Amino acid sequence: MIELEGLTKRFGSTTAVDDLSFQVRPGVVTGFLGPNGAGKSTTMRMMLDLDNPTSGTVRIDGKHYRELEEPLKYIGALLDAKAMHGGRSAYNNLLCLAQSNRIPASRVAEALDVVGLTAVARKKTKSFSLGMGQRLGIASALLGDPEILMFDEPVNGLDPEGIHWIRNLMKTLACQGRTIFVSSHLMSEMALTAEHLIVIGQGRLLADTSMADFIHENSRSYVRLRSPQQERLRDVLHESGFTAVESGNGTLEIDGATTEAIGELAASHQLVLHELSAQRASLEEAFMQMTAGAVEYHAHSTGEAAPPPATPPGPQWGQSYQSSKGA
Amino acid sequence: MTTPYQQQAPYQPQGGPAAAYSSPIPVRDAHLGDALASEWTKIRSVRSTMWTLGVMIVLMVGLGVLSAVVVSAADADLEGQSVLSLGFFGVLLGSICVITLGVLTIASEYGTGMIRTTLTACPSRARVLTAKAVVFFLLVFTLTTVITAIVGGLQTLIVDQGSSTGEDWFRATVGIALYVATLGLLSLAVGTLIRHSAGAITVMIGVVLLPLVLAMFMFSESLRDLQQALFEYSIPNQIGVLYDTAVTESGPAGWDPLWIMLGVTAVALAGAYASLNTRDV
Repeated sequence: MIELEGLTKRFGSTTAVDDLSFQVRPGVVTGFLGPNGAGKSTTMRMMLDLDNPTSGTVRIDGKHYRELEEPLKYIGALLDAKAMHGGRSAYNNLLCLAQSNRIPASRVAEALDVVGLTAVARKKTKSFSLGMGQRLGIASALLGDPEILMFDEPVNGLDPEGIHWIRNLMKTLACQGRTIFVSSHLMSEMALTAEHLIVIGQGRLLADTSMADFIHENSRSYVRLRSPQQERLRDVLHESGFTAVESGNGTLEIDGATTEAIGELAASHQLVLHELSAQRASLEEAFMQMTAGAVEYHAHSTGEAAPPPATPPGPQWGQSYQSSKGA
Repeated sequence: MTTPYQQQAPYQPQGGPAAAYSSPIPVRDAHLGDALASEWTKIRSVRSTMWTLGVMIVLMVGLGVLSAVVVSAADADLEGQSVLSLGFFGVLLGSICVITLGVLTIASEYGTGMIRTTLTACPSRARVLTAKAVVFFLLVFTLTTVITAIVGGLQTLIVDQGSSTGEDWFRATVGIALYVATLGLLSLAVGTLIRHSAGAITVMIGVVLLPLVLAMFMFSESLRDLQQALFEYSIPNQIGVLYDTAVTESGPAGWDPLWIMLGVTAVALAGAYASLNTRDV
């Protein structure tokens, strides 16, 4: 259990983290979401007592981080894949961490085995790719077999297989009753792994909710369909009281309908359908709308990060995965 | 197939699922000994340690023996000075290597980001810095004592004039080693304060060489006193004092250089502790 209370961090006149209070509960994966520069990493650094808060406190199982004896046995963190000495081998990088917390040296080999780096254990870490660096960082987090795990953007630099692996790893770790706190700027990624969600923007808490509630409140569900007889289809839909919106590429989208209803309707009028699918989405869009206000004031992010609220939602990142998950 | 690492099944510890997980590895109070073991692993597992100490050994032995050979070949008169003082140039240049290693011991952690991992594993800043200082100091002190003893032995064999007293030997080995290792500690403290390898090494080389260089160019009569002080208290001259070959008559004598260096280093280390405790990483 991690508790944050009124956590604030100012760098000069800029406020990176602004009066943040929330709890990270054990046994679930808690997603920590926010756009770039929202203060996620600063918050995580304060949780690990690397940065001193301007005000407020962080408690880990009721204690300050500095009061923890052998903290690697309580909390393992992946902050930055490159936070290792490149001239040292993977094994030695982990060994010196293990020694400082009197973790048996055999755990080093085990942790390397878990992340699949056994073959390169004796290689200098500067030759590692970003993905291998991430794996090494995860190994260092797992070293003390801790109760709490914190991952800052763990999927960065991982290949699809690696991303799949880290998702499963986090779920497995949570199932064992551990507290998992994972940050990301990708809502779609969070939707697949996190059960609880904490969203921040500009250092302020925007949402502290379960993932199911977030999806329920923020995602719109609709039916997508394509047909070679689109004109007739639209008439039929209109007569039956459905509002179809064209979304490009000859695709129609109908809010608040079920695939069963539309399918039967099409069949009864003997219309050919090339596609009929239930769509659930777009969490990414909901997230962007939620954080839009927070992002806009960022001088460096006016152009690319500005959300496109007016455009109708096209197929989104992770959407296909979600629909397949639902199936 | 082409990846150099294999996927493993999701992590399954022996303990099995529990309502709230707790690590099966027993937790007890961590102490300095663990941090010392950790720092020893760190210092022995990077190549920069081998390089800086290797070059130091080459310089100390090479220049020490070379000076002795030159003196012996030229049949020069040491004018009553101990043969051991021929080790001076090797030690002076070797100390630059010690400075480099001292700075790198901490500043390389800032350069690579390792410091965040280190402090996450051991949140007590004082313990981390103490462990680094102890490991570094003992390593440099032991090595320098051994090397200066070997070099002194070789010099005594090569040059057969004058005799070195026990006091000469003690100062030229243990005294020099204490001085060089403390200079290294000062570098470690400066590295902690500056957090940047190149910057801290430059500062330390400036500390060693600049007073002497400045003094050389102070021709004005009004600066005579300052010039004298810079000469006397410059680090090369103080190393000379330990060898009893100081270029000046007044100023520090005997073991004074070591006390001065210890005092300066204590102040710098106090600053380093305070800085590490209060600053963000």
